[in-house]
Amino acid sequence: MLKRRIIPIELLSGGRLIKTRVFSDSRDVGDPVKSSKVYSDQDADELVLLNVDRGNRTVSDLAAILSRIAEHCFVPLTAGGGIACADDAARLFSAGADKVVLNSIAYRSPSVVTDISSRYGQQAVVASIDVRHENGNYTLYSDCGRCRETSGLEEHITSVITAGAGEILVQSIDHDGTMNGYDLELMRRVLAVSSVPVIAVAGAGNFSHLKDVLELGVAAAACGSLFNFGDNNPLRAKAFLKNYSIPLKRV
Amino acid sequence: MGQANPRLRSLVQGKEAVTVGIVDIGIGNIGSLRNAVDSQGWDVSTVSTGEDLSRVTHLLLPGVGAFSAAMARLESTGLDTAINEFSRAGNPVMGICLGMQLLADSGTEGGVVAGLGLIPGEVRPIQRKPGFALPHVGWNEVLQVRAHPLLKGIRADVDFYFVHGYRFVAQAPQSVIAETDYCEKFPSIIGMGNVLGVQFHPEKSQVNGLRLIDNFCLWDGKC
Repeated sequence: MLKRRIIPIELLSGGRLIKTRVFSDSRDVGDPVKSSKVYSDQDADELVLLNVDRGNRTVSDLAAILSRIAEHCFVPLTAGGGIACADDAARLFSAGADKVVLNSIAYRSPSVVTDISSRYGQQAVVASIDVRHENGNYTLYSDCGRCRETSGLEEHITSVITAGAGEILVQSIDHDGTMNGYDLELMRRVLAVSSVPVIAVAGAGNFSHLKDVLELGVAAAACGSLFNFGDNNPLRAKAFLKNYSIPLKRV
Repeated sequence: MGQANPRLRSLVQGKEAVTVGIVDIGIGNIGSLRNAVDSQGWDVSTVSTGEDLSRVTHLLLPGVGAFSAAMARLESTGLDTAINEFSRAGNPVMGICLGMQLLADSGTEGGVVAGLGLIPGEVRPIQRKPGFALPHVGWNEVLQVRAHPLLKGIRADVDFYFVHGYRFVAQAPQSVIAETDYCEKFPSIIGMGNVLGVQFHPEKSQVNGLRLIDNFCLWDGKC
């Protein structure tokens, strides 16, 4: 049986690991290479690394950090943030990424998504979608939450899958760093239209939140604050989830 | 006493006699695989031409991307013939993910094209089943059909990391070493003589993946 994944999500800025709240108020929470090694030893199922440096939308720093992480972590690595062309993706793949995350470029030029997908395969392309709850509806944002998009949620999901995405990472901007639980209504709507696996992001504050979102049917639950702060880690999360018959990796 | 230094361990176990080649056709990441083999104390060498094969005793064929694009790269470098000769000489060969699929007679990703033809079979998309998202991404079991030195010391119920949308269809039932179930049952480890293929990524499967890689490097290609 395919297992559900628990994924530490690591936000990078200026070569450091940071944590935001509602996409702002960033705090330094450590060194990404050391954290990755610790998460990998704590039985994380995958690591997601996102460059959220608003002053540096190139993949150079990310590629450098990624290759250092890949030296010691034999776990799936998913990376993105600032990918603007197929060559950017190629740099991340050769630095050690197994999958790349595309966000803004999927609105601007879907053909880049298709290019990367046909070269590296659909399974290597993750479309990331940032969503804000506004006036009773969900509005999509790109460029680290700065740019309001006009396409609707369902419409955009269908279009990124058609363009070649093999997985969708959905992040609620309002829930980011709040630790009050995932936006379950948002995840329900995404699951209803997505034919590819869904990774839920933003809001995890305790292990029950992971249970709630995994029971909805998402393939993976990603956590930032939950693991960045306090004494929680993927091993403990899984020890809790095992009591609720959620299928998890065995080693 | 702590863990032995891998280099020291390699000398003790006679690992200096082994050089593991990793085929690099310029698509995707061979760094992780190289690091994984190196972490087990084996010498690694990159293989990008037929000549490079004379320096290695074992060969790993990794790969991501489309079947047709990868085959075109192997053909343009002459590696398709060279790998065939290397394998006919009885040397251990293991394909990983797309590398496993390339061992087949033919593939359908990006048009029907001939594969390396080292293990009888073809490659086609996993058949969608209601309620299952595709591609197959994540950790899943590898159910052993027959014993093989590759799985030595690995418990039957552990999970390996998969990320693929296409599957191997084996024409020779005896070539199936292990199977995995997602939407449908498909071979996740195949093998014929000295040639092996794994659909999952051992270099991304933490401790059990590293053990499997070590088992491959210790293997003499006979079973």
